[in-house]
Amino acid sequence: MNIDLSRRGFMKLAGAGVATTSLGAMGFHEAEAAEAAHVRDFKLATTTETRNICTYCSVACGIILYSKGDLAAGEKAELLHIEGDADHPTNRGTLCPKGAALKSYVRAETRLTRPRYRAPGADKFQDISWDEALDKIARAVKDDRDANLIERNAEGVPVNRLTTTGFLAASATTNETAWATWKVVRSLGIVGFDNQARV
Amino acid sequence: MTNSWTDIKNTDLVVIMGGNAAEAHPCGFKWVTEAKHHRGAKLIVVDPRFNRSASVADYYAPIRPGSDIAFLMGAIRWMIANDKIQWDYVRNYTNVSYLVRDDFGWQDGMFTGYDEEKRSYDQTSWEYQIGEDGYVLTDETLTHPRCVWNLLKAHVDIYTPEFVENVCGTPKDRFLKICEMIGETSSPTKTMTSMYALGWTQHSKGSQNIRGMAMLQLLLGNIGVPGGGMNALRGHSNIQGLTDVGLMSNLLPGYLSMPRETEPDFATYMSSRGNKPLRPNQMSYWQNYGKFMVSFMKSLWGDKATAGNGWGYDWLPKLDIPQYDAMRMFEMMTKGEVNLYFCQGFNALLSFPNRGKMTEAFSKLKLMVVMDPLETETASFWENHGIHNDVDSAAIRTEVLELPTTCFAEDEGATVNSGRWLQWHWAGATPPGEAKSDVWIMAQIYQRVRRLYAEEGGKAPEPILNLAWDYEDPEEPTAAELARELNGRALETLYDAADPTKVVLEKGKQLSGFGQMRDDGTTSGACWIYTGCFTEDGNNMARRDNADPSGMGVYQNWSFSWPANRRVLYNRASCDLDGKPWDPSRVLIEWNGEKWAGADIPDIAVTANPREVGPFIMNPEGTSRLFSRKLMRDGPFPTHMEPFESPIANPLNPEMRGNPVARMFQGDVAQLGDRTEFPFVATSYRLTEHFHYWTKHNHVNAVTQPEFFVEISEELAAERGIRKGGRVRVWSARGQVWAKAVVTKRIRPLTCDGQTVHVIGIPIHWGFKGAARKGFGPNTLGPFVGDANIETPEFKAFLVNIEPASEGVA
Ligand code: SF4
Ligand code: SF4
Repeated sequence: MNIDLSRRGFMKLAGAGVATTSLGAMGFHEAEAAEAAHVRDFKLATTTETRNICTYCSVACGIILYSKGDLAAGEKAELLHIEGDADHPTNRGTLCPKGAALKSYVRAETRLTRPRYRAPGADKFQDISWDEALDKIARAVKDDRDANLIERNAEGVPVNRLTTTGFLAASATTNETAWATWKVVRSLGIVGFDNQARV
Repeated sequence: MTNSWTDIKNTDLVVIMGGNAAEAHPCGFKWVTEAKHHRGAKLIVVDPRFNRSASVADYYAPIRPGSDIAFLMGAIRWMIANDKIQWDYVRNYTNVSYLVRDDFGWQDGMFTGYDEEKRSYDQTSWEYQIGEDGYVLTDETLTHPRCVWNLLKAHVDIYTPEFVENVCGTPKDRFLKICEMIGETSSPTKTMTSMYALGWTQHSKGSQNIRGMAMLQLLLGNIGVPGGGMNALRGHSNIQGLTDVGLMSNLLPGYLSMPRETEPDFATYMSSRGNKPLRPNQMSYWQNYGKFMVSFMKSLWGDKATAGNGWGYDWLPKLDIPQYDAMRMFEMMTKGEVNLYFCQGFNALLSFPNRGKMTEAFSKLKLMVVMDPLETETASFWENHGIHNDVDSAAIRTEVLELPTTCFAEDEGATVNSGRWLQWHWAGATPPGEAKSDVWIMAQIYQRVRRLYAEEGGKAPEPILNLAWDYEDPEEPTAAELARELNGRALETLYDAADPTKVVLEKGKQLSGFGQMRDDGTTSGACWIYTGCFTEDGNNMARRDNADPSGMGVYQNWSFSWPANRRVLYNRASCDLDGKPWDPSRVLIEWNGEKWAGADIPDIAVTANPREVGPFIMNPEGTSRLFSRKLMRDGPFPTHMEPFESPIANPLNPEMRGNPVARMFQGDVAQLGDRTEFPFVATSYRLTEHFHYWTKHNHVNAVTQPEFFVEISEELAAERGIRKGGRVRVWSARGQVWAKAVVTKRIRPLTCDGQTVHVIGIPIHWGFKGAARKGFGPNTLGPFVGDANIETPEFKAFLVNIEPASEGVA
């Protein structure tokens, strides 16, 4: 917002239990200011607010994350609440039944918290360290590439094509993740590369 | 979307066909409500089910799944017959007057050049007549028998209202009423928007469904205008971005294409791109292809890309077939031809058709790597869950690594909405446990593979060793670093081509637009359509000024919209041949005598004379195409094709099964079902309470829609002895599922080709992981065949059977 106080900005000021004087400064009459001063402090006043975008559909509603702790200040941040961003032109603060329950996804019991490995024939996952998992992947990629990369076709044209390793990319990640992924995947010669746009 | 969510408020008529926006895109659908409320706009819904969008529509008509082309060609026929054509638009902004080769034709549902053996067309005849000057021959009088107008008229002639009723099951009076409503928007001051989604794409001829509507919109003059357009309501929050950045088997970033092995060097690759104009004065913007391509290669390989080595062309993978799309990869897996497969946030076991085949495919991998914030069925495809995943774990030898990733709340970067807005977001929570960002994981894999090549040597190490990776922390590039790379910068000081003393941009500065890109290696930029997103002014994707001075829903200073911050594509077409807006009450841009200006960024060179330069600047014609030449594999006009599994034969050609050029693997042909054994049409859909297979992990959403069900009509329930809420078994030639039966008035039997056709609706949201009850999805049942052009599976129309099932069996 450039000129006017935004809808969000207004709610934040009015809701966060600011002193009567500043309410006066905002153009409230005394009676209203006195009334506002009685209102209990807004529960989320002590949280850190972060602008984000709903991760589900491509309406891409603006949302605000409320967390305890400030990531930007190097603190741990625990997500407490998510609500629609009233300043967002598309959703103007509203959310659908999916967006309204976003926190329940972030904090789902079935969120993954550590790398896991399943051995051939096993009926369970077992824990594995990041280092071990990543080394295993790098080894497998290199071995497969060294064994199966088609460097040149029958005509001798360099084709750098690897068809025995494939990659499906995520359509809820960012453009930046996408670009980092693109670079790594294509530099290996992988041609079987898609995202959810195919389904 | 050609337009944006907020632009929908400018419309007079919304047609939702091939989607269900009220259900699947609720907050975007609010703009339909806005248009209805404030402009008096009307809403038409055409769908097999009386769905949530239909419940708030002004007019609804049912349609048989998979018959949309007949409906749309019927609508075009009606517009032509009743002269509901925006003539000034059509004459000047489409290829209606262009002459087509004499040997092009259509007969018995097929175009000229079909080769049954190859299941493809020889497209030679699908082309314009080109004059000696290299330009297309035209007939402005539209009397020449070979002009597109007359070919189109002849092509749609068969799609009479009776034909439509017979094939689509849409009652004739409803079809005609809809034609009348649509026809009103042929006025230059009335417009219609098309909102569609997977209901149109998930067919073996999905691309042609969409083309059908695009052609109708062109005839009405509704493309490029505020409140108009073709609006694909995309699914995932960044499916647009992932496609823009080229994470597709046949793409490079910015819709540049992957090289083929028949293009052995850079010069050959370039020779078939960078189209020369087909009409005088046209921009044919892809003439700049080389600038975008070289800038991309500079981002990819850095200093290692030089003019001498074709900008590192040899290091790019080269295709030997059109594409290694996901379904082809799964087919190859079943044959033991794939060893290693990564699923990054993609629950493939539930997303692709013929789940039995998917399980078989994954069981033949050596190693599967899954990166996801959540437990997924894919990562656990080897786990036995009774009827919900009936596998023998011990027999599956695939190793699986499941890596925990961050989700949106814990990472930073941009996602692209359906209307092409790149919106930046920030992290507001600490990742749980040891979860890591996908960027970190990809960087780790890259660093480790790179180290192995540096230490051990190996096959073709150059592309790996030469990849540009000069991030401050190579172990974890930041979002800002990657975004700046996508935008591009000046690698040398850039001087004005016309005045070499004038500096355009100093060395090292971020480009401000793709117009600054060069093909001599002096600029970088990984994704040209994004240039402008992160300039010397800073991160434009993070802009949050929600002012809209024009009142047109443009929001020019909110985030960044590709390309060039333009909000409505083809907006030059919102004005007449003199550059005056068709509708003076809805102005996006206009010609002021010297240049184009207005609330939106003009989609044309700002000084382009309106009488000379056509609005469709990406096309060498400068116009849009009612006849699409060789650009689609299944024909230059849409023609009615039945689904591969259909309750009726194709009336145009009873011998034809499905789309005659859609790819079918041998084993899958044997798994197609027949209408005698599988008499009912199944169609998949989504629910407003759930997002794909994610929200079943949420307690809240799992409570609101806890259990898998299928939806059937009262008539079908009576016919099969199925009671409301009873348990049913649904099976196809590929698999079976058990579900609760929702018996409803929302689906009614249709009459097609003299028979009663029952439709069964199957929502997609259940599996065997998460907080909701275990269940199934339509992908257990669907056929393993995709769209002939882009390989999107045919989930919206296939055949099944249904019967009551006993309750206790699990
Ligand atoms: S679902 Fe309930 S809480 Fe949400 S808008 Fe409707 S009535 Fe209100
Ligand atoms: S809140 Fe609903 S409509 Fe908005 S982006 Fe999320 S899923 Fe889509």
